[in-house]
Amino acid sequence: MAKKFKTRLKVKEKGGKVNVKAIVSHPMLTGLTKDKKGNKIPEHFIQEVIVTANDKVVMTANWGPAVSKDPYISFDYAGKSGDLVKLAWTDNQENTGEAEKKVK
Amino acid sequence: MKRRTFLKNTLAVTATGTAVGTGLISGNALASEEKANPFKATSLEDALKAAGITEHEASDKITVKAPDLAENAAVVPVEVSSTLEGASEVRIFIAENPTPHAANFMLGEGSEALVKCRFKMGKSSDVIGVFKVGDKYFSAKKAVKVTKGGCGG
Repeated sequence: MAKKFKTRLKVKEKGGKVNVKAIVSHPMLTGLTKDKKGNKIPEHFIQEVIVTANDKVVMTANWGPAVSKDPYISFDYAGKSGDLVKLAWTDNQENTGEAEKKVK
Repeated sequence: MKRRTFLKNTLAVTATGTAVGTGLISGNALASEEKANPFKATSLEDALKAAGITEHEASDKITVKAPDLAENAAVVPVEVSSTLEGASEVRIFIAENPTPHAANFMLGEGSEALVKCRFKMGKSSDVIGVFKVGDKYFSAKKAVKVTKGGCGG
């Protein structure tokens, strides 16, 4: 399970706002799908995403299994270039991932 | 005299103690309920209730952007935004999904009330965006038509 999930983060400043875009490679299984033998595949999805800028939380997202595979998120916050944006996520099987970037 | 003050004090202490105790318990119960339930709820009403939304007002200051016809129901791009002041929380519900509560976003200080994300949809349904402003909830919805189910792969 080492490097299965890749977290990509993009940050861009424009007119006093910083746009944060992130995408995580994650299967996001709902628990309703079945494999070829008809066994249910257990659910496996990202539950929580926390985005901080300079150690201040700008966004906390709680997700359910309805979020698509390889989830994508985009939002803006009032910030400036030089901010250090960090994103950390946790899924329901205790996997975690994080990424950080400096706003240019 | 001493005995009297002693009694008074102990009484006062136990009274506040119980008050704090019960307060804590109910506070915790509420918090865990809110965290655990909405995503498990299987009907829109239950999901709304579990999320603590007893009533929500339709508002034209909220826009839910989603395609009229989803080409791929496993990946439906949804954008919710609002021009309401002081929005602190956004929840997204997909009415006909097995678990309608799709996501919630807590907006931190300085965050814009605009979130983009992608969702799976089981069948044609309304996508509902609910914003929390103060203690009130405002909502808007958009119908999305699905030709092929997205939850079965």
